[in-house]
Amino acid sequence: MLERVNATGLTPSFRPLRIYWERLRRGDEIAHVLTLIFASTVIGVTALLVYQLWIQSALSRQKFGWAFFATRVWDPVGGQFGALPFLYGTVVTSAIALLLAVPLGLGTAIFLSEFSAKRISDALAFLVDLLAAVPSVIYGLLGIFVLAPLLRVWVEPVLRSQFGFLPFFRGPAYGVGFLAAGLTLAIMVVPFIVSVSREVLISVPREQREAALALGATRWETISRAVVPFAKTGILGSVFLALARALGETMAVTMVIGNDPKISASLFAPGYSIAAVIANEFTEATGSLYLSALIELGLVLFLLTFVLNGLARLLVLATAQRGGLLE
Amino acid sequence: MNLHSGWRKFLNAFMLGLTAIFAFATVSVLFLILGYLIYHGGKNVNWSFFTELPKPVGEQGGGMANAIVGTAKLLSVALLIGAPAGIFSGVYLSEFGGKAPNFFVRYMADLLNGVPSIVIGIFAYAIVVLPAGHFSTLAGGFALGVMMIPIILRSTEQFLKAVPRTLREGAMALGASKWRTILTVVVPAAASGIITGIMLALARIAGETAPLLFTAFSNRYSSPGFNEPIASLPVMIYTYAIGPYQDWHEQAWTAGLVLLGLVFVLNVATRLVFARKTAAAR
Amino acid sequence: MNGASIVQKHQNLEPVHLGQKDIPLVELPIGTIKPQFKISNLKVSYGAKEVLHGVDLDVFANVVTALIGPSGCGKSTFLRSLNRMTEVVRGTQVEGEILLDNENVFRMDVVKLRRRVGMVFQRPNPFPKSIFDNVAYGLRINGHHDSLSEAVEHSLRRAALWDEVKGQLHKSAYALSGGQQQRLCIARALAVNPEVLLLDEPCSALDPITTAKIEELLFQLKSSCTIVIVTHNMQQAARASDFTAFLLDGQLVEYQSTRKLFTTPSDPRTEAYITGRFG
Repeated sequence: MLERVNATGLTPSFRPLRIYWERLRRGDEIAHVLTLIFASTVIGVTALLVYQLWIQSALSRQKFGWAFFATRVWDPVGGQFGALPFLYGTVVTSAIALLLAVPLGLGTAIFLSEFSAKRISDALAFLVDLLAAVPSVIYGLLGIFVLAPLLRVWVEPVLRSQFGFLPFFRGPAYGVGFLAAGLTLAIMVVPFIVSVSREVLISVPREQREAALALGATRWETISRAVVPFAKTGILGSVFLALARALGETMAVTMVIGNDPKISASLFAPGYSIAAVIANEFTEATGSLYLSALIELGLVLFLLTFVLNGLARLLVLATAQRGGLLE
Repeated sequence: MNLHSGWRKFLNAFMLGLTAIFAFATVSVLFLILGYLIYHGGKNVNWSFFTELPKPVGEQGGGMANAIVGTAKLLSVALLIGAPAGIFSGVYLSEFGGKAPNFFVRYMADLLNGVPSIVIGIFAYAIVVLPAGHFSTLAGGFALGVMMIPIILRSTEQFLKAVPRTLREGAMALGASKWRTILTVVVPAAASGIITGIMLALARIAGETAPLLFTAFSNRYSSPGFNEPIASLPVMIYTYAIGPYQDWHEQAWTAGLVLLGLVFVLNVATRLVFARKTAAAR
Repeated sequence: MNGASIVQKHQNLEPVHLGQKDIPLVELPIGTIKPQFKISNLKVSYGAKEVLHGVDLDVFANVVTALIGPSGCGKSTFLRSLNRMTEVVRGTQVEGEILLDNENVFRMDVVKLRRRVGMVFQRPNPFPKSIFDNVAYGLRINGHHDSLSEAVEHSLRRAALWDEVKGQLHKSAYALSGGQQQRLCIARALAVNPEVLLLDEPCSALDPITTAKIEELLFQLKSSCTIVIVTHNMQQAARASDFTAFLLDGQLVEYQSTRKLFTTPSDPRTEAYITGRFG
């Protein structure tokens, strides 16, 4: 018989501890802890951000309560702060932006993913990516010097004469205002809709297309009845993503919205948005209540984008998984 | 029947044409932007724009040397904050983290990524400017650095995960410990991807204006050290564009062209270099 | 069936022919065969699923041992247990005992163990570094920085790759062909002078000519180290190994001299497998 060393000597339950000590000695646990510390800072920074927004806005939250969102007056001198004009401006400009950007972006995405050859699609997608990389202050620059004069001289007078029976298209043409801000935002968010929708459309399984094509459907029928319905949650996700961008967009809006805290039905009129008022008045805010009110606006903006981003991610993920399951 | 099929064919062709027009309209915006910037700003791109300080109102000439240096300094500070935090966290997610901690870290990073830049500005103001009592390069760089973290984190994680398991096993079978394996095999294999992520993150924050307004603020002169307000190209463009003077507007266009050039060069160069690297690895 | 009884069994057999095909190149008196690995009651499970249900087997020094069996039989898992590569996969539990030269591998420093027991994988996995740096990798992480180039040359020669790459040591390893890459991986494993070389289906991604080269290489290497090779290719096991173990559903069915196993298997399941009736 061959000599045997006694069995392991350690019951299996002790082995993890042994492995742990071995790893500690080799430095693996040190590396683990080191990277864990950095990962924790990501959590820490985000948590701290939420915490700061919350406590720094305490003064305003306590003073105005929910009435903050229903008050039209923004009077720094008198110490009266209401967020309604800014909420209105943010919502109206974002709505205009989506109204224009969704058809344009979705149409582009469909062309890129379904109609065009791969080389053209890749080249155009690259240009769209570059468009998404253009800094917002540059959109603002073009908005203020190119778009606003164009609106004032050409577009707004024409809209007024043709559609003046609608309350949206009345009043003097300023150039800067809700319409200018909405249009600028529309141009800015199109790249986001395109790139996310294109990804979603590409992830639609080939079988879905082939099934429709095999039944004798034309390209467009395949797209409208098989591909888009399959991808619709993901496309909706891209719209939410774009909406979150539009709500939080600051510089371009600040430069073209007119910066006047008024609520007007006319889209030609100047208005104000949440992000724009923070950008304009933060450094001039005298008194802690004023600053606190601005930070509360920041908190509102954070919560809005938080909810929208969360929904968008869920929807895009849902489509991607559906595509993955069927493949 | 014939009529019906004719209509179907027409609709197909019509939608093809319509979406094509949309696509080219979308892309043409890029060329409009470039065209306007070159038309208005191109004539003033000269040596003095890069080397001289802004002249007082009413005097002709002058440049934005302080804003260019300022942007470089802000980006450096941001890189020093964002790159280590992003890379190490990405390594954690890809190599060490369990399911639950990973979900939590990713969730928080995505949350941070979605925060509007102006809100990041408020955060940096509350964390750095308020305690210090003044605007500074550090505050601006901190705001930009925080924005970089989630971008770098996700790209690092993605590229590390793409490193095949067989490479890790190869190193471990030779007796390399886990951290040795990560440091000498996994990270080098993913290096070009990680660098791409960092460059794209830099390109994204280089044009950010909103988080700088009340952190770095602005400065008409050069800003020594890191503890004083500092000018940056985006903030200069904003200030000059909304200002009332014709020569400011021209300077704003020029600065816009320079900024866009910087952002595009970062983007295109990174993609080209990266595309070549991945092709070579195959 | 434990290790001792195998040795006894072999004593009843004809002398073992340590050679390729039917040509007995070396006749080794049975008494000089000594076990390098002694494995008893090895159980491995991934999470709740047990893939090895208590295997007893002795691996003999300076011979080529082949592990065969249908896919999913646990032969790769068995191989990976020998240098504790099973621990790389999260949630793996290993029970039982593995002795390397009478030393319990679970009590050894895993770094030292893997230095003594090298491994080559199914697909060539060179690092994205130069040829030189690939071979020198194991030496460097083990703290050897002197006379690297001699060691690299020696390893490349042992892996029969030196003549093909000597002029381009600083080129990327990815520039090599698949077969060259696999021999580079063998050279990389040999550089730290392992006592045992484990090969996990090393030829499955390679063409027949390259496969023949690697089999030839194994034959040359066994004078200096013990070789354990997992293969799904029975012809390869028959050609290149001295002993063969047949595993089925996580259990060892038969362990014999290769010649005997392929000519007169003692277990009907072995016979069924080698004649292609299942698997």
